[in-house]
Amino acid sequence: MIPFLRTRILSSAVPLVCVVLGVFFLARMTGNPVDLYLPLSATPEQRAEFSAAHGFDLSIPVQLWNYLTDAAHLDFGTSLRTGRPAGEMVFDAFPVTLQLAGVTMLLAVTGAVLVGSLAAYRPNSPIDRIASLLSMTAASIPDFWFAVMGVLVFGVSLGLLPTSGTIGGPEIWVLPVATLLIRPFGVLVQVVRGSMVTALSAPYVKIARSKGATPRRVVFGHALRNAVTPVLTVAGDLAVGLVNGAVIVETIFGWPGIGKLMIDSILQRDFAVLQAAVLMTAVTIFALNILVDVCHALTDPRVRQAVPA
Amino acid sequence: MTTTSPPTRSDADTPALDVEGLCVELSTPSGTVRAVDGVSFSVRRGRTLALLGESGCGKSMTALSVVGLLDPAAAVTGGAVRVRGDDTLRMSPAQRRRLAGPVLSIVFQDALTALNPVQPVGRQIGEPFRIHRRLSRRQAREKAIELMTRVGIPEPRQRARSYPHQFSGGMRQRLLIAMAVALAPDVLIADEPTTALDVTVQAQIMRLLRDLQDERDMAVVLITHDLAVVAQRADDVVVMYAGTVVENGPVRDVFAAPRHPYTRGLLDSVPEDSVRGRPLPAVPGSPPELSAVPAGCVFQARCPLVRERCVRERPVPRPAGEGRSAACHFSEELDRA
Repeated sequence: MIPFLRTRILSSAVPLVCVVLGVFFLARMTGNPVDLYLPLSATPEQRAEFSAAHGFDLSIPVQLWNYLTDAAHLDFGTSLRTGRPAGEMVFDAFPVTLQLAGVTMLLAVTGAVLVGSLAAYRPNSPIDRIASLLSMTAASIPDFWFAVMGVLVFGVSLGLLPTSGTIGGPEIWVLPVATLLIRPFGVLVQVVRGSMVTALSAPYVKIARSKGATPRRVVFGHALRNAVTPVLTVAGDLAVGLVNGAVIVETIFGWPGIGKLMIDSILQRDFAVLQAAVLMTAVTIFALNILVDVCHALTDPRVRQAVPA
Repeated sequence: MTTTSPPTRSDADTPALDVEGLCVELSTPSGTVRAVDGVSFSVRRGRTLALLGESGCGKSMTALSVVGLLDPAAAVTGGAVRVRGDDTLRMSPAQRRRLAGPVLSIVFQDALTALNPVQPVGRQIGEPFRIHRRLSRRQAREKAIELMTRVGIPEPRQRARSYPHQFSGGMRQRLLIAMAVALAPDVLIADEPTTALDVTVQAQIMRLLRDLQDERDMAVVLITHDLAVVAQRADDVVVMYAGTVVENGPVRDVFAAPRHPYTRGLLDSVPEDSVRGRPLPAVPGSPPELSAVPAGCVFQARCPLVRERCVRERPVPRPAGEGRSAACHFSEELDRA
């Protein structure tokens, strides 16, 4: 397992460096912050002063060098907007997103495994058809539409749930999580079902039945672990999407997460915050990918063996 | 073990497995076809019955119906499968599960796919004890190690933690057999247990099966297309063609003097005393598609004896000597041919 992890982490290092570099250059391609922050009437002297204060007057290679050395010390600079350290702002926003993503993925995977397995146990049965229809619908509903309709029906008309905000009891989670959940759940039900249908028709399932195993033992003891590989891959992919910032959900429901922070930073040319936010999500995404690979290795002994030490 | 079977077990006269008029239908995209049509046979404990036939003749379907493992696309539409006198086809799923392992058991051809690739083999072999004897994990593991020792796995204690892909083909087949005989079933069905193995390993596996059968006094149903295996290993043979039984009886008698032209054709195609440079004799043609089995005799298209009556009327199995039957209108003519 240790050599497996080492190989995996090393192979992530190169793309990670690329992301760090890419963010730096892309941010500078979005425009000059001096134009945005100073009034149109600003004199050339004022402009030069502003640039010098934030290091924009230095040549690009020097800026890059400063950015890299500071980042190596986990110093991501200061926000133009708020004057707060960029790293701090990102660390404030990220847990909000992670919580949303974590709760959503937990519910999506658990729900999809149960519904998908039930559907796969008897292909083409009424249960299977209903599950397929529902999951297809769930996978196709646009999240912004669902969010707005949710607010309209449950928030405005029925008054059951708060329309936005992060202050309150568990009810504040319902609409944001439901909005985020619906597509991953729909997609995962389909993946679980397909993968389980294959697993359940395998000879080892017949052999398990020939030993008198109950349906539950057959599904959860034998088939599921064999069916889980594609499910993990897709779930990892969906989780990446959520960690990347659920921009729409965070905006509609007023959750101050990383997605909202990134959009705001881009709109205001807040380079330091943007760089820190992108770096943070990039690291998380690499970590997620490694986690998915570790899960593959844990569930399938053949994967463990295939990786050269 | 051989003499003191408990009284609940069937006495010597009742067969351990008695299949009568079994019919299996298969739904295909182009309609329902009858894959097994009125198959009957029975086998007593300690005896071996071979189901012999070409691929697609319904022998595996028959085996899977007996153990209740047919795919959802196939369904038993008639007949009886009596185990210890009770018809398993009329049992509830829970009742059948109680038989699966302690009474009826099966070994498949491809041991790599028949073993769960993500579970250590020790756990899989111990599973029957967990299910039927309610043993703890640790006790089941000990039982698994005993069985692995019995079927000749070297260093069974260490190997119990290994996964199926870490064993050779022959070893995997041994593991599968260990699992199938774990609870000393009355009836063991072996579906082409040696087809995927090379010849020397085949002999070892057949040997192991024989020894286990003697130890545990099991009835064995051996499904095969290999005439040599039938000759060496079986007491009785059931020859199947296009989903029907065309001939059955004691192997020695059937092979000495077949009473069905298909059996005769099979025996003639064994390349025993063929002459070098001359084509091997074979049964001409190929079996009918299941969707196009003719109304009369199923073998009419390939039969050297075929005549008008065979096209009109399907022959029913009729007695053809001591403990034998054959489904041919003209089986007497074979003696002269």
